Amino acid sequence: MSSYSVTEPSARQKWFAGILVVLYSVITLLPLLWIIATGFKSPADAISYPPKLVFQPTMEGYVNLFTTRTRVPEDQLKALGEPTTWYDKLVRKDGLIITGASRFAERFYNSVIIGFGSTVLCIVLGTTAAYAFSRFKVPLKDDLLFFILSTRMMPPIAVAIPIFLMFRSLGLSDTHAGMILLYTAVNLSLSVWLLKGFIDEIPIEYEEAALIDGYTRFQAFYKVVLPQAVTGIASTAIFCLIFAWNEYAFAVLLTSGNAQTAPPFIPTIIGVSGQDWPAVAAGATIFLVPVMVFTILLRKHLLRGITFGAVRK
Amino acid sequence: MLHSPIDRIAGATPPAIAARVKGLSDRAIAWLFVAPSIVLLLAINIFPLIWTIRLSFTNFRVNRPNEPIRFVGLRNYINILTDGDVWRSMQATAHFLIWTIILQVLIGFFLAYLINKKFRGNDLWTTIIVLPMMLSPAVVGNFWTFLYQPQIGLFNYVIAFLTGNDPSSFSMIASTTLAPWAIVIVDTWMWTPFVMLICLAGLRSIPSSIYEAAECDRASKWRQFWTITIPMVLPFLMLAVLFRGIENFKMFDLVVQLTGGGPGSITELTSINLKRAAFEQWRTGYASAYAVILFVTVFGLASIYVKALNRVKQR
Repeated sequence: MSSYSVTEPSARQKWFAGILVVLYSVITLLPLLWIIATGFKSPADAISYPPKLVFQPTMEGYVNLFTTRTRVPEDQLKALGEPTTWYDKLVRKDGLIITGASRFAERFYNSVIIGFGSTVLCIVLGTTAAYAFSRFKVPLKDDLLFFILSTRMMPPIAVAIPIFLMFRSLGLSDTHAGMILLYTAVNLSLSVWLLKGFIDEIPIEYEEAALIDGYTRFQAFYKVVLPQAVTGIASTAIFCLIFAWNEYAFAVLLTSGNAQTAPPFIPTIIGVSGQDWPAVAAGATIFLVPVMVFTILLRKHLLRGITFGAVRK
Repeated sequence: MLHSPIDRIAGATPPAIAARVKGLSDRAIAWLFVAPSIVLLLAINIFPLIWTIRLSFTNFRVNRPNEPIRFVGLRNYINILTDGDVWRSMQATAHFLIWTIILQVLIGFFLAYLINKKFRGNDLWTTIIVLPMMLSPAVVGNFWTFLYQPQIGLFNYVIAFLTGNDPSSFSMIASTTLAPWAIVIVDTWMWTPFVMLICLAGLRSIPSSIYEAAECDRASKWRQFWTITIPMVLPFLMLAVLFRGIENFKMFDLVVQLTGGGPGSITELTSINLKRAAFEQWRTGYASAYAVILFVTVFGLASIYVKALNRVKQR
């Protein structure tokens, strides 16, 4: 023991706290693990009672997620001969054949395009605005910053009607460009606030040195400030991406087919009788995995991101 | 004042450097950098808001573009404020807000308190606890309808296992008494980590010297908790409540997928109610007035709350 401290918890306290937190984590994790497990169950296993913990894993849910299938008569099935691929084999045992691709891949692609598109735009606009707010005397600075934050208070449905009308007359409704612009506007408040915090922490002396060396302001910005702000920019980008990735209200209200992302699609996956839970779970799992990976990468900046930088860790 | 030669030289320096600083002036760059963001926000947030306000005084319907738009004054507002359904959905929202905030603050603070005990591996468990909050509420809401199924759902199975009831004797989302709690449970599962993170930041911001001083004064642990820990964490807690309050006031995706506002209209929160008026009944003018009322409410409550928050911070 180096030094005695009254604030250091005793070993018993630590042990007790650890047990409780682990208990809570397990409860929290259960629904998530259930989603992932259900994706690998057969439809019968998914809806068996009592819920099955041990089951024969199958890729049926994933095959059903990506394909459309139809039932064909016995003789026609025989005429097709033996199934040649593993996914044909999975589907064939129920007397079904694969007739085409489902729209999941398309929706997932839309999520990627709109998510990344809006994130890039958000970072470009956010970084420049944050730099200006951080370094220059912008007139009405505090009011503008509050205005930017307040755009986050608007319920999406409250502005959906005029945006719907506006996009229709501009030819932006149900397009990738329209949704990218919309999601950029939604996430811009987060991006500006968060990046301003990160840029505030970069000492201004670096730029002053660069200016004295004959750089222009512009060069100082992208040659000196940007490289310093890379970690902040990366974590802001991931936050913008996650929010755009998970957004549902605008996607369901303002898009119908062409530019609809995955969140409105996954709940609509229907099987023979009601929802095809293994396929829904497979879709959810594919959709969750990137977010989970990002969360683990982000854990250091988590707090700042969700609170607009209002709380510093 | 600048009369000595050295002062004159000093006074002359800035223009010389300024001449070497090529390109745009700082003022121009500031505008160039801020303007695009402001323009985008004006176009996609403020312009629609003003449009909503204008539509709220008319009888416009999006699905009948050929009908002439008539100005109806405050009729939409009067209709909304005298509509029993609207008040019922306000009540549903209030119930949802109050209980989620109470549960999330209590559990979130307790968890943060435990994690602050710095046991081994707490970083790993914190990351696991935080996961639900990063997921898509719509996808999560949809999957929870599966967990809530009376015959096959995991939730009913676990509850039945713990209480000895028949799992098919209760349905969380089909019963009018349980459905409001069904959404409270899922929201608490998703967002308690958020409150926990903020409380943790609050707890870590307390300098340990304060506790050491209290220890010297022989203050009991309990006393220290109420006179040091709670007041120091309070501003953080209030911030968490503010963020959760605004988010849950707008709550849409999770509840739409989970209960769809049902059974009947028991869990029809204001945003779902508003969506019905706007995108199912296509009463655009009416829905716009509804949207304005909601926005004014959330903005007003948030402003009052922020004032209170600032007062607590200054203490």
